[in-house]
Parts: sequence; C-alpha cells; structure tokens
Amino acid sequence: MSSELIVFLILAAVGVLSGILMITRPNPVNSALFLILNFMALAGLYITLHAQFVAIIQILVYAGAIMVLVLFVIMLLNLEDEEPLREQMSKRHYGSLLVALLALVLIVQVIGWNSGGTLETMREQSPHALRIGTVEHIGSVLFTEHVYPFELTSILLLAAIVGAIVMAKKRFP
Amino acid sequence: MMEQLLTDSLNTAPITGMVILSLIVVMINALKKEPLATEYWVSLVGIVINIGLAVWVFPERGTAFSGSVMTGGYASVTAIIFLTAAALTIMLARVYIDKIGANFGEFFHLILFVTTGMMSFAAGLDLLVTFVGLELMSIPLYVLAGITRRNLKATEAALKYFLLGAFSTGFFVYGIGLIYGMTGTTKILDIAQNINAYSSEPLFMVGAGLMLVGFAFKVGAVPFHMWVPDVYEGSPTMVSAFMSTGVKAAAFSALLLVFTATFDFMHSSINTVVAVLSVASMVIGNIVALSQKNFKRMLAYSSIAHAGYMLIGITAGGGVSIAGVLFYLVAYMLTNLGAFGIASFIENSDQTGTDIDDFRGLYQRHPALAVILGVFMFSLIGLPPFAGFFGKYYIFVAAIENGYTWLTIVGVITSMISVYYYLRVVVVMFFQPEGEQVQTARFGREGAFALAVAAAGVLLIGVFPSVVLDWVSALF
Amino acid sequence: MIESYIPILLIIGIAVIFGVVSINLSWLLGPQRPYREKHSTYESGVDPVSTAHYRFSVKYYMVALSFIVFDIEVVFMYPWAVQFRELGWTGFVVMSVFIVVLAVGFIYELKKGALQWD
Repeated sequence: MSSELIVFLILAAVGVLSGILMITRPNPVNSALFLILNFMALAGLYITLHAQFVAIIQILVYAGAIMVLVLFVIMLLNLEDEEPLREQMSKRHYGSLLVALLALVLIVQVIGWNSGGTLETMREQSPHALRIGTVEHIGSVLFTEHVYPFELTSILLLAAIVGAIVMAKKRFP
Repeated sequence: MMEQLLTDSLNTAPITGMVILSLIVVMINALKKEPLATEYWVSLVGIVINIGLAVWVFPERGTAFSGSVMTGGYASVTAIIFLTAAALTIMLARVYIDKIGANFGEFFHLILFVTTGMMSFAAGLDLLVTFVGLELMSIPLYVLAGITRRNLKATEAALKYFLLGAFSTGFFVYGIGLIYGMTGTTKILDIAQNINAYSSEPLFMVGAGLMLVGFAFKVGAVPFHMWVPDVYEGSPTMVSAFMSTGVKAAAFSALLLVFTATFDFMHSSINTVVAVLSVASMVIGNIVALSQKNFKRMLAYSSIAHAGYMLIGITAGGGVSIAGVLFYLVAYMLTNLGAFGIASFIENSDQTGTDIDDFRGLYQRHPALAVILGVFMFSLIGLPPFAGFFGKYYIFVAAIENGYTWLTIVGVITSMISVYYYLRVVVVMFFQPEGEQVQTARFGREGAFALAVAAAGVLLIGVFPSVVLDWVSALF
Repeated sequence: MIESYIPILLIIGIAVIFGVVSINLSWLLGPQRPYREKHSTYESGVDPVSTAHYRFSVKYYMVALSFIVFDIEVVFMYPWAVQFRELGWTGFVVMSVFIVVLAVGFIYELKKGALQWD
C-alpha cells in the first residue's frame, strides 16, 4: 500500500464515521462538534487531491465561520434535547433507506466504470491536474477567465446581507 | 484586457444595468429617510431603462467574459421577459405590500436581486455562472416568501421552500461537479463541441440527470413538485406571482439554453425522462387542481400542469420548440401575473380571503376586475383569441413535427380537464351572490395600470401572435 | 507530495497529545475529595436556580452572519494577493468592483443598525 492510500483510508474513515455520529447524536452541540471533525477530514482529503486552496478555505470558512453560525442557531433555537423529536423507524423510513441504498449501488456501479484514477493516471490525463488547486492557479483564472461568476458572487453576498437583515432585524414587523 | 472587460460589460448591458440599479436602490435605502416611494420609482424606471438596454444589445449576438455569458439574441429576449415580470410585479405589489405590512424598500431590493440572478441563470454559458445565477435567484426568494415574519403560514412556506430548494441545489451542484470531472471544463460551449463523445459516458449522463433534477425542482415538474402548493399558498400573493412566472421562466430559459440549444439531447435517454416528467406533471397537476378550494393553491397546481405543457417543448427539441416555449413563457407570465394580481387585490390584510368562494359576486362589486380575471382564466385554458391558445398551439405543433404526437394527445386531453376548474372561478364570480363578508379590492393607480398592461398583452398576443413570435424565433 | 505535509501532521499530533496529557495529568495528580456542594453548578455561592440553557438573542446570529460574509470577501483576496503582479491593473479593477459592491452592503448594514447591540 502506498502512503497516499493509507492517508486516504484514514481520512475517509474519519469522515464517514464523524458524519454518521453527527446525525445520530441526540445533543445538537455534540452533532456540531462532529461536523467540525468531518470538515477537518474533508480538508485532509482535499490536500491529498492537491487542492490546497480549497482545503484551507474548508478550515477557515466552514470549520471556522460557518460552525460559529451553526452554534448560534443551536443556541437561538435552544434545543434542550432532541429525544422527544425523534421518530420511530416507520415503513416510510425503510423505504427511504432502500432508495438511498439503490442510489449507492448506482453510484458505485457508474464510478466503477472509470476506476483506477490514481495520481499517476491523473498526471497523464491532465498535466495541469497537480497545480490546478494551488492558490497561484486559482488567482490567475479566477480574475481572468472566471471574472464574471466572481463579480456575480459579490452581488450574491450583498443579497445575503439584505436578506439576513430583513429576516433577523427587530425593526421590521 | 481592460478594454475587453469594458466592451463585455457593455454587451451584457441589461445585467450590468441591473447590478448598478440594485446598488443604487440599496444606497437610497441606507441614506434616505422615508425612502419607500423613491425606491419604488427608481426601481421601476431603472427596470424600464434596462428593458431598453436589452433591446439595444439585441443585435450583439455572441459571448462575453471569455465565453462565460451570452449576449444579445436569446439573452436579450429572456432578459426582457424577466424584466417585464419584475416591473409588473412591483407595480401590482405597490399597494399590496402596504396592506400586508411589508411596506419597506427591501421588498424591491430583493425583487431586483432575483431578477439579476434570473438573467445570469438564463444567459450563463459557464456552469459556474448558471450555478451562481441560480443561487442569486433563489436566496432572495426564500426571504421574500417569508417577508411577513409574523404570519405563520408565510414563515412555514419560506422554511419549506428554503429547505427543499437548498436540497435541490445540492443535486444541481453535484451534477455540475460530475460534468466538470468528466470534461475538465465548465464552459458549456466547449462541452457541447464534444457532446457526442460525452453522451456515451455514464458519469456525464448522471451529471446531466442530476442537473435535470435541479431544473425540474425549480419549474415544479411532478416528482419534484411537493413544495409548490404549500409555498404558493403560504407566501404573500405577489411573491407567489413572481415565483410562478419569473422563476419558472428563468428555469425554463436556462433549461432550453443548456439542454436543448447547446447540449442538444434530442435522442438520448434524457429525452425520455423529460417526456415522463411532462406527462406526470400534466396529469397530476390538472387532476389535483380539480379539488382545490383555495384560489392560490389551485393556481399552484395549474402552474405544475403548465410546466408539463412546456416540458413537451423541451422533449421535442429544435428551433421551433425553443420559439414555442419562449412564446408560452411570455403568455403564461402575463396571464398568471394578472390572475395572482387580482387575488392580491381582494385579499385581506392577514393574507386570508383567497378562497375561490371569496370571489363570489365579484362581478357585482368590481365588474372590470371580474371581466379581466375571466380573460385570464380563458387564456390559461388555452382558448382563442387569448395568448394562452397560441402558446399551446406552437408547442403542440413542434411536438407533432418531431414525432411526439402522443404527448400532444395527452396535452389536449389534460387541457380539457383543466376547463372545469378554470371555468368554476368564472361561474363563481359572475353567477353566485356575494357572501356576507364583502372584501373591497384595493389596488391603486399603479396596480390598475399594471393589470391593464397584462390584460392588453394577453389580448394583443392572442390576436397578433406574430408580434412576439418574430422576437422569439431564430435566436441562435 | 504527501510527505511534505508531515510537519503539519506532527503539529496536529503534538497539539492533541498536549491536550489529552495535560487534562489527564491534572486529574491524576490533583487531590479528589468530592461532595455534593462541590459538584453543583457554581452560581456565585448562591443555590442554583433553573437550568443554564436559555434562548440566545438573534443579535448574535446577525454578528456571525456579517462575519461570514466579510470572511468570504477576504478569502477571495488571497489568490488575488498571490497573483497581484501578474494580474496588474485589470486585477485591481476587478477586485475594486467586488469590494465596492460589498462596501455598499456594509454601509447598508451600518445604517440599519445591524451592528448595534440594541
């Protein structure tokens, strides 16, 4: 086994486990903490894919800022314990479980056709694959080739500011 | 480089103009005391100027910002549709927002943001633009749906719309990710050049399918329609109006651009899926609409059915279908905005009073409103000489030309079913006596003007369809 | 390639070990004579009343949300700063437009009093 595979397996295991723990904890704050662990594992996976910029953003924005927001929402809602909200497994739940499994089989089947994507084949398929995630490369395409979606993002953020104030500010009826 | 950016911004003048307009209106709100009237007029005049800009750049067909966004032609025509919908919405809502207590300028800001998003969504030739446009269209709408924060039904609608909308956006982004993974580019035109090679790649087709799920959610086609009735019924009426016309038009325009005009999935499995969505939407939308007691809820199911008719056009594909769907969008936009507008006029201040029974005796109280609503209902059925007739006619013709006669047959049969519930509204308005609680319609000069424009449009397009058809034909 | 991240892994490892060791060490070394008063919640020496859970005001949420929006703005500046020379004046203009749009949002937020506590 190569060191890459070992790192991937560890990170993937942490990611999946923390994801499962996140949705099964009765205490919402515990869920939030497992979500942070999940974000960390994802950031590690991004690094193994040579997407350093995305990995750093994952930690800075998601594990940092967004988690603060999630915790504030938990405190805003003041959920004591989720226990009374829990439902028993019904026929409907088993149905959705079945659909999810079907989707999993489909994904495995489809991706299985294109398996064997190691870093070596990645390097062969696209010579840029290894430097595409660096900050330099993102800087050089984001402000030239993708300048339009970039500027549109600023309007989206402005809309988010206005929307948040309408939703949360006391002065509005 | 700098000159290029400047030329590109000029060629995409309607979108650039909307961005500048949004900034101006937000600044007016921040700096002026009592800004509501100013914001209203600046928004309205700005939108009208932008319609002018869209007409002005119509001949500049091509792409801008290194192939990220389309200019002229198709982009102009779709921009005019969205801008018209936005202008009519804010005029019809001018008095309405006072009535429901949402009389602050943010209502107009959010409408402007949504419109900017729609224009980018429909003109995006880069999957990134399509995605950011979709988000810019959706996020302010989640807020608009719940803008009356004290109203329980509206808040519920907003939350439901937000959760399901975010979920469907997840599908959409996943699809974009798979397509990027397979092709190594997000530029739609680059992908379209090798579309035949990609069409045999399962991962690419899964990506396209996931994008289709996102589109189907936004247009409210049947397996993804669960949110439509609750959200349209719960949201403030003019917001529902804008959702059912503008958002649907934007999602269909983007779907046409990506799936029909550039990827051209004419004979692939995607086409079969679209046909199934179409039949399911027409049948379920029309049949469930029969038993609705609330006018807004009935229009919600009717909008599902109309999404089904337009999906016939997507299935058929080709230039005739593109023109047909765009024509349908114009007709549906004018008709439905008007119908929702009248419902908003007679609504109570606590956002109740939109049951079909509340329309009893409308003819005695407001004969003009009753007659105009009758016109809209006939247009929704698709009877000549109203706009809706030619919308259906062009789509059915395109479908028959491309060998989808069976879809046309389903369309005609379900249209006949729809006659019952549209006519019921007409019967209630004209022939049933008034109830005990009489609601007086409040709409003001702005509302009356906008309603007159919508009604005149429906009649004009119905009598002279070539006025619109010339604009929407041969855009590529 | 992966090997170049070993120092970071080491730092994470040291941080985890430090945390685990120091908490457990104080538990091991400290004297433990628990009784009921000592285990009760500390409320300035007064007997505790009700729970520590209470609903936080939505104002905290506003602050966190503004933070995220401007955090994202800053995130976009990293790649710009790295490629500053190559992008030249075009990059400067592009970034200025971005910042001006968000500055409008900031002014709006200030005027609406979203950053005021009351």
